[in-house]
Amino acid sequence: MNTEWKLARRKVALETRAALIQAIREFFISRNYLEVETPQRIPAPAPEAHIDAFPSGQWFLHTSPEICMKRMLAAGYPRIFQVCRCFRKHERGDRHLPEFTMLEWYRAGIDYRGLMEECEELFLFLVGKMRVGTSLEYQGEKIDLEKPWGRISVTEAFHRFAAIPMIASLEQGLFDETLVRDIEPRLGRGKPTFLYDYPASLGALARTKRDDRGLAERFEIYLSGLEIANGFSELTDPDEQQRRFEEENRRRRSAGKVACPLPERFLDSLRHLPESAGIALGVDRIAMIFCDAPSVDGVVAFTPEEL
Amino acid sequence: MYTASDLRKGLRIMLDDDPYIVVDFQFVKPGKGQSLYRCKLRNLLVGTMMDRTFREVDTFKPAETQEKTMQFLYKEGDHYNFMDTESYEQIHLMEEQIGDAKNFLIENMEVRILLFRERPIDITLPNFVDLVVMEAPPWIKGDTVSGNYKPVILETGYKVAVPPFIEQGEKIRIDTRSGEYLTRVKE
Repeated sequence: MNTEWKLARRKVALETRAALIQAIREFFISRNYLEVETPQRIPAPAPEAHIDAFPSGQWFLHTSPEICMKRMLAAGYPRIFQVCRCFRKHERGDRHLPEFTMLEWYRAGIDYRGLMEECEELFLFLVGKMRVGTSLEYQGEKIDLEKPWGRISVTEAFHRFAAIPMIASLEQGLFDETLVRDIEPRLGRGKPTFLYDYPASLGALARTKRDDRGLAERFEIYLSGLEIANGFSELTDPDEQQRRFEEENRRRRSAGKVACPLPERFLDSLRHLPESAGIALGVDRIAMIFCDAPSVDGVVAFTPEEL
Repeated sequence: MYTASDLRKGLRIMLDDDPYIVVDFQFVKPGKGQSLYRCKLRNLLVGTMMDRTFREVDTFKPAETQEKTMQFLYKEGDHYNFMDTESYEQIHLMEEQIGDAKNFLIENMEVRILLFRERPIDITLPNFVDLVVMEAPPWIKGDTVSGNYKPVILETGYKVAVPPFIEQGEKIRIDTRSGEYLTRVKE
């Protein structure tokens, strides 16, 4: 009874969520993107140190459609998007569900800076469609979505908000803790923020900067302290990608996790990957923002606990 | 032994040789980063709060405690008095040890009292308790399926959101773990 009542109370949020997904499709279709569907069950996930896939028979449920979508990009599909369910083991909290909805899109001929601009345009399109003006109110905070959004590099953000510099935090193994405690809550206040140029070791599939090999051309978007997307310029060098995957596997093993087999066909396809950028955006998170919901539980029909 | 992924609100663990209870818990994971478990913990002996962030690899011993069934007798100042239903021995807990449980405690209710080396330190309520609605705004007819809700006040003084058809004097069931309305109880 309680569960059904909770479900009834979510009606407005679920209607908003549906309208958002509809608007997302309209945005990409109007920009000549092809909507694609790639398998959710795959032989092996991309090796990443801190992302764990659920086994499904001898295969796995994908943790993101990245590998398959990049093979499409390499095969001559220059603008593609997908809205799909993704699965990640052990992820459950106010902002996490082990099964969640991801929007990913990839575009040839741009880098991460071009992609940042497209993100700004996507959000302005969405607020237009949802008829909420050019600003949103989330948990009592007004967020202005007019371009340009804030841009701050990871190095600068550590300098401004944290007690230790970025490099030192990496060396001491405190990068994640510092980011979560001191930096994230300060980002996206009043206006969305792009946090960009991550340490290369934290962007396993991202291209490094031409003038600084220690940094990856990767960014995250924050709204009101909430991280909603991760995008980057795509790494197109198969040898470099293989080395990065091997490094991720080494970190998995040292944390007592199983290594993932290397996705050979994906690595082969990188030879043909054009200069491009791609991004994963949490649909549940943007639904939280548009629904003014403090927790992801408020914007899905069922949480795992309610099944 | 618990691991970090077992952490949740209400879990009791040993830290630096003292028993603690997790009073607030947040799972966080920066994009591509590791899972972090941010906890607010209360020391069950002295009542002090502390913040700690744990990682996936951290492990914890369960707090070495025993539990006894006791009956709630009455409240006197900030003392809550209970009686052991087997030995008839009486003990008390202080208001800050009772915490949110005070919202659901009524006289004669049977609860579980937690003891650490013979000292009463915490209380566990039954998962479900039935309480009388003392004050409720009137039901606007026709408002049955919209998912709307209204605030009511229960006999313990606790405020809770309920569906619009609940009226004053009715008994409702509360889930004490979430503090949320569950169902109407028909006598």
